[in-house]
Amino acid sequence: MIPAMTSAKTLLRRLEGPQTLGRGPAFWTAFALAVAAAVAYPWFADGYTVGNTAYFFCWVFMALGLCLIWGYGGALSFGQTAFFGLSGYAYGVLTLNVGAAYGFTLAALVLAVALSAAMAALLGYFLFFGRIGGVFLGIITLSVTLALERFMAQTAGPEWKIGAARLNGYNGMSGMPPLTVPWPDGDVVLFPDVALYYGLLGLLIVVYLALRILVNARFGNVLVAIRENPERAEMLGYDVRRYQLAAFVIGSALAGLSGTLYTAWGQYITPSSMGLTAAALPVIWVAVGGRGDLTATLIGTLLVLGGFQALTIYGSQYALVVMGLLLVVVVLAAPDGLVVAALRGLGRLRRREAGR
Amino acid sequence: MDLLTHAFTFLYQIGDAFSFLVLSACGLAVVFGMMGVINLAHGELIMCGAYVTAATTRAGLPLPLGILAGALAAGAVGMVMERLVIRHLYGRPLDTIVATWGISLAATQGTLILLGSSMPGIGTPLGSFTLGGYSYSTYRVVLMVAAVAVLAGLYLAFNATRFGTLARATIQVPHMAEALGVDTRTVYALTFGLGAALAGLAGGLYAPTMTIVPTMGTTFIMEAFVTVVVGGADIFLGTAPAALVLGTVRALLTTWQGQLFGQIGLLVAVILVIRVLPRGISGLILRERA
Repeated sequence: MIPAMTSAKTLLRRLEGPQTLGRGPAFWTAFALAVAAAVAYPWFADGYTVGNTAYFFCWVFMALGLCLIWGYGGALSFGQTAFFGLSGYAYGVLTLNVGAAYGFTLAALVLAVALSAAMAALLGYFLFFGRIGGVFLGIITLSVTLALERFMAQTAGPEWKIGAARLNGYNGMSGMPPLTVPWPDGDVVLFPDVALYYGLLGLLIVVYLALRILVNARFGNVLVAIRENPERAEMLGYDVRRYQLAAFVIGSALAGLSGTLYTAWGQYITPSSMGLTAAALPVIWVAVGGRGDLTATLIGTLLVLGGFQALTIYGSQYALVVMGLLLVVVVLAAPDGLVVAALRGLGRLRRREAGR
Repeated sequence: MDLLTHAFTFLYQIGDAFSFLVLSACGLAVVFGMMGVINLAHGELIMCGAYVTAATTRAGLPLPLGILAGALAAGAVGMVMERLVIRHLYGRPLDTIVATWGISLAATQGTLILLGSSMPGIGTPLGSFTLGGYSYSTYRVVLMVAAVAVLAGLYLAFNATRFGTLARATIQVPHMAEALGVDTRTVYALTFGLGAALAGLAGGLYAPTMTIVPTMGTTFIMEAFVTVVVGGADIFLGTAPAALVLGTVRALLTTWQGQLFGQIGLLVAVILVIRVLPRGISGLILRERA
């Protein structure tokens, strides 16, 4: 057999496994069709709508990260927005001080995400090595993001600046350059329309597939074992704390990636992106879609974001009431998430057809 | 300014922080300690108490009765919440915390839609007293007394009444209590109602001192959370000493660097403490006693 085909088959085998829904030719055909549709989409829509879809993509990384921590690792973190805001502000401070020349915005992106990963490792060390589990983990992480919001909200005075970047308190920081890709004949600036859309789409596909490989590898299997029964996993010789910490760091880095992309998208970041309401949204996306599966989280997040925006036309308070009630109803009626429930129903239907 | 005045100011600040932590945390601690449930809508129950207190007081009711009305209203709301949502999620603590967050979000925004972005407040009663050239709010002292009274009342409620005995039996061995004829569902419902009423009481007591806005619950919850986390599952051996320790930390940091650093320092202290004492202060005390 041709080596390229063998390696493609190995890759495909790594993408599938017990920890993800969807396998076989049918799923990957649907996946390829979805990607093709997403690639073709900007030809049929105007620049504003495409930029808006890019905005949705910004958030999905945070949702996928929370899915890894909560759905696969069983550790509920409410503080993902802390890393979102931290990286967003870091991107702003770095680019406002250095500028966008020579592709520095990409370096700033990497640095901002690395900062979130480092902070997550520090916080996670205290939480997981202190064996804080269950509900306490949630409320400590939530307290962290609320404290960060309060801190940033009071930085209105001129004494609060890092280099050339004023933090600006509750009004937030603005004016940072968008992402720029260095190119021999003139840099490509990823303005929030078609260019950024393709950049984010590519990144999203890479992150999604990488996470699929990760959760279907040994790491993912151990993580799920820990979620199902931490004591048993410990008895089998796995260091529960390290696996949970690793998942927390990866998930928080993804939240940081979301924050950086969001800041670059809107050239704007405020403390309220770390507030109580903002912190609830990722939990809603992941819970409604289905926390136990990456694909379900991805689809659910995009659906809920779209629905939320459609509702916001009637006022964002109404949309938030609907979101809150949706969360309660999902937890009560479909604890595994709506997308997972729908996929299972579909599978059952198909089996019944086949059995007939 | 002599040493005595300094000492009094500092004690006053500790007492102020202590009463704030005890009052905002005790409802959460009762529900967590008895049922293992963390209610993220705790802040909204506090908000509910504050709204009812402000509304009834403005309608002409004396303030103490207004506060009582706030506590009762929040307790009733809590019982309804327990009946509709919490009851179906016993044994699933993570799902409970997520569902109550949904309630919290809907309640905050619902209040914003129905009652507007703020409500005319009620002034702080009782004026102030002067000591050594500094003036202190008398009402703050009343709050300190109220915090101690709430702790004493809870101690009596759990140790000297039939409800307390049944409640303690239910948390220790639920199925045995049930076998002996205790209606554990009612006990859980009443406990949750008690926790909600305590939240409403906190809201009512602090209503005269703050602006009444739909998001006011957020002011309380972080402090309530960290007190419960540091305290652990037992309210008397946990919440009260935790509030005292954290109150001192907060008073020190506030005097030194201002209110915000008081709050942030509190959180850092908590994260450091739980690394050493994962089961909180009550875990430490109970282990040493055993």
